[in-house]
Amino acid sequence: MERYGEHHFPGRLFVVEGVDGSGKTTQIALLRQWLVSEGYPVFFSEWNSSPLVQRTTKQGKKKQLLTPTTFSLLHATDFADRTEQEIIPPLKAGAIVLADRYIYTAFARDVARGVHPQWVRQLYQFAVKPTAAFYFRVPLDESLKRILGSRSELKYYEAGMDLNLSTDPSRSFKMFQKRIVTEYEKMVDEFGLTVIDAMQTITEQQMLLREIVRPFLRGLHRDRQTHAGRWLVTSIANGNEKTGRKRKAENAQ
Amino acid sequence: MTQVAFYGIDTVRVRSEEGLLPGRLFAIEGTDGVGRSTQIQHLRTWLESSGYAVIDTGQRRSALAGRGIDEAKQGHTLGPLTMDLFYATDFVDRFENQILPALRAGFIVLTDRYIYSLMARAIVRGADRDWVKQIYGLALKPDAIFYLDIELDTLIRRILRRGRFDYWESGMDMRLGPDLYESFIIYQDMMLKEFRHMATEYSFQVIDAQRSIPRILAELQARMEPLLPAG
Repeated sequence: MERYGEHHFPGRLFVVEGVDGSGKTTQIALLRQWLVSEGYPVFFSEWNSSPLVQRTTKQGKKKQLLTPTTFSLLHATDFADRTEQEIIPPLKAGAIVLADRYIYTAFARDVARGVHPQWVRQLYQFAVKPTAAFYFRVPLDESLKRILGSRSELKYYEAGMDLNLSTDPSRSFKMFQKRIVTEYEKMVDEFGLTVIDAMQTITEQQMLLREIVRPFLRGLHRDRQTHAGRWLVTSIANGNEKTGRKRKAENAQ
Repeated sequence: MTQVAFYGIDTVRVRSEEGLLPGRLFAIEGTDGVGRSTQIQHLRTWLESSGYAVIDTGQRRSALAGRGIDEAKQGHTLGPLTMDLFYATDFVDRFENQILPALRAGFIVLTDRYIYSLMARAIVRGADRDWVKQIYGLALKPDAIFYLDIELDTLIRRILRRGRFDYWESGMDMRLGPDLYESFIIYQDMMLKEFRHMATEYSFQVIDAQRSIPRILAELQARMEPLLPAG
């Protein structure tokens, strides 16, 4: 088993991180379209989506069986499955892998739940170190407004109700999110996260992202160039992109 | 517990909650087919007839992950790291919801395998030794670890008597040999080496499991008795 930082694959791995409502899902979807239109082979992996683990997580949440430690381990199991099935093989083959949330999500959420910071970092030692990790920084008030404004109901673990911070879900959610932001901010230096100001316009953020990503693409295999770039800019302006929330809602149906 | 101690980081925070756990934790370890569950049945009867409250636990018996592991093993996409962590989830769920509550309530806990089998299996499948140790660092050190030791030849005879080679017990997920028998030999040899490696590190009490069931039981009882709570 190779540990974090020890893998040397020909492919590239880009990840987006940030609290719910920071706009990271929109950004990675746009990045994906651009990379595809440029002719690169692109794979995508989303947090908490392993088909092997999904049912266990769903049951655990529904029946409220999860403690901070088993919550952490179950998400690590999910991540291991995706690492073995979705992340390492394409990276070995020289493709680009995009991940919506990565190990830093676990470090932020699990530590906010009271898991020991060093223990959870060791747990994820098998993870491939990303080529670049983008952290979408957004003021807490703004992300709360985006989430609470669009949602009628918060789920038990999502709101951090298992921590007994407050009996009111939206109050508990706010306190939990605040802890998560604190953990993210600590990780910026620790893991060299690239901070993106998520208060900029979607287009501004996307242009910056592409500028940072572009130099890393040198030497990668790509198919002949396509001309989809123009369509993409239109797509951004029209706001055609799905957000993380929208996609999750669709998947749930 | 005779003492509350951990192998690594106590992330479950057992120590902060309680100074003392009045129960006792006994781990019965050993490879597949060595006779652990038979001994646990007998030990349980013996302890209960002596007036102790007993619970036993074992792999894949967690409410959270037991079924998920079984289902994952039916398919053909379960990778080694995923399996390691799925089993770790199962272990910690039982640790927090079965073992700790029982120890708090003064029960004798008999665990059919503990972290050592899980670590051995992971290491044999290529997991980093330190990584595995760090994860299971959250586990309580048992009052005693009884390791049922057996030679490969004897083990094979027992499996033949049982009449079936199991896919996982033969390590067929690693394709170690062309068939179940050859894979079984290579895999179990690796496992036995790993257990013997751990025996010193974790102070296993090594029990010769080549003998008859009553003789093994008698030795387990003799070793367990002085560690039981008085009265």
